[in-house]
Amino acid sequence: MSAQADFAGGLLNPDHPAPKGLSDGKGRAAGRRYDVYRNNVTTSLAEALATGFPAVTRLIGEENMKGLARMHLRASPPVSPVLAQYGEGFPKFLASVDALSPYPYLPDVARLELALRRAYHAADASPIAPELLASLPTEQLVAAQIGLAPAIGILRSAYPIHDIWTYTLQGGPKPGAGPQDVLVLRRGYDPLPVELPAGGFSFVTTLLTGQSFGVACDMAEAAHPGFEPTDTLTLLLTHDAITHIHGPDR
Amino acid sequence: MNTNAKLIAVAGAVAAALAAQTTPAAAQAKEKCYGVSQAGQNDCAAGPGTTCAGTSTVDYQGNAWTLVDVGTCAEIDLPAMADGTERKGSLSALERDLPA
Amino acid sequence: MRDTTQPDNHLPNAPGVGFKAGHFDDLIATPGPVQWVEIHAENYMGDGGRPLAQLRALRNVMPVSLHGVGLSIGGESPLDGAHLARLRHLCDWLNPASFSEHLAWSTHDTAFLNDLLPLPYTPATLARVADHIDQVQQALGRQMLLENPSSYLAFDASILSETEFLAELVHRAGCGLLLDVNNVFVSATNLGFSPQDYIAAFPLHHVGEIHIGGHDAQADEHGAPLLIDSHAAPVADPVWALLDDVLARTGPRPVLVEWDTDVPDWPVLAQDATRADRALEALAS
Repeated sequence: MSAQADFAGGLLNPDHPAPKGLSDGKGRAAGRRYDVYRNNVTTSLAEALATGFPAVTRLIGEENMKGLARMHLRASPPVSPVLAQYGEGFPKFLASVDALSPYPYLPDVARLELALRRAYHAADASPIAPELLASLPTEQLVAAQIGLAPAIGILRSAYPIHDIWTYTLQGGPKPGAGPQDVLVLRRGYDPLPVELPAGGFSFVTTLLTGQSFGVACDMAEAAHPGFEPTDTLTLLLTHDAITHIHGPDR
Repeated sequence: MNTNAKLIAVAGAVAAALAAQTTPAAAQAKEKCYGVSQAGQNDCAAGPGTTCAGTSTVDYQGNAWTLVDVGTCAEIDLPAMADGTERKGSLSALERDLPA
Repeated sequence: MRDTTQPDNHLPNAPGVGFKAGHFDDLIATPGPVQWVEIHAENYMGDGGRPLAQLRALRNVMPVSLHGVGLSIGGESPLDGAHLARLRHLCDWLNPASFSEHLAWSTHDTAFLNDLLPLPYTPATLARVADHIDQVQQALGRQMLLENPSSYLAFDASILSETEFLAELVHRAGCGLLLDVNNVFVSATNLGFSPQDYIAAFPLHHVGEIHIGGHDAQADEHGAPLLIDSHAAPVADPVWALLDDVLARTGPRPVLVEWDTDVPDWPVLAQDATRADRALEALAS
């Protein structure tokens, strides 16, 4: 085994003995000094997860988060030096922990937090002037592609994850039961989750695939008969989320 | 929906959305920095010394792991269902009323 | 190689601070003696948003030093090409006044361990690190500074001293050095050598930047002092004294105050910057 493999082996595995050939520089074996590195690795990555998932941390409590983060980081350490990207596997991990089965919404709350983090670091984009929408003849608008900001994220959950997130971090009202579709938006630099109205999920996901405004309306109508795009459009416009309109005869 | 009805609906929706987004937007006031900026920061500092986090094995047993005091999970455990029944212990998945 | 000595884009021989997003407004409004900032490269590798917006604003106000914490220059495996490309992209966009990294490793196989891990000082590790520094300097098109580490233990396999190792790296790879005075004090205390002797043996002529920061005091299982490079406290008095010793030998240099954990309000950080300013001014008189 290479020297670094030997040194690295014990950092994520507390059962692994400290490597040989280390001293305190004064003639004694290094002993617990190796644990300083073990500790740095473990606490810094656990801290990265806790700060990356503040709502999950509040929901399960800091002590539980420390333990769960430790389990996760030992099994799935970061694969990139960019810590802002760490935690992609955390929702799945939460879903796999038996002790969390009374709280089946936690993985979706974690996914929402990942989407917020992605939005925070997403590329900047200039919104269209809203009047542009109205200036197009309706036939052209229906056939047009609507480009959305890179910060956009969209989630569908069987749980009220928007209300759980708001209750947990922003002092919102207690969540009731029921599924929620959530859109992550970023006006300026601060991401914000908003609840989508019925049909809005199909509308936005269809736009994101590059289909036309009209097709998005049709898909939303199919998902939710009587769908009417005003509310979803208002959300998008209010949060600077529409960045392009490509006419059909482009 | 037939084409004419759709055009009328879209035109109406766009007009309504424009009107809504030019009124003082509540959403704008709600937006604030809530800590994402602190998530996953790289730095070159060491952790808190020789505390036992790095050597602890007590939580290492996968599914034998048990919860200690939970946080706000404990406060949102009994939501009323749409049909008036209550679930014990947790929020539970609801059947969606959306077509597949 | 790009000319990094353009007068408006070098680190001044003055105090700088490790930049924290929460200090942005205070730093712009009341910089005090602070004339430059350092950022951790890995925190600015997203596509946009507030981090890059703050950086865009900052670089118009004062020189910015780019400090990598994830390149794993001391690693056994080849440098991460994707990460080096991200670093090059950021470096090209920012055109920082300086780029620096650590004599340490942090990635093994595919796992990023998020700590600055130690390596033995041997001819083999010397050749590897020199090669990696060369690759970095080629990729970035500029000279880099390499920082001395904080050590908590020593390797029986080491046959070179740290200062010999660094001097030879300067010679082979043509890099400069970042002398972290707190790291010297931490390592000297932990491993039982004289920090003054270390400074005397250090290739001071190649020092392009100095770091100071706070540490935590603990003890090992034998009761021997074990200092931790926590960056969570004000700079300790013996480190200020050692800074004076270093500056007396090097002359004025850019001096950076690092505070990464339990980051205080701006006035507390600015106090340490003011003290660094006094150390630099004492030199001039």
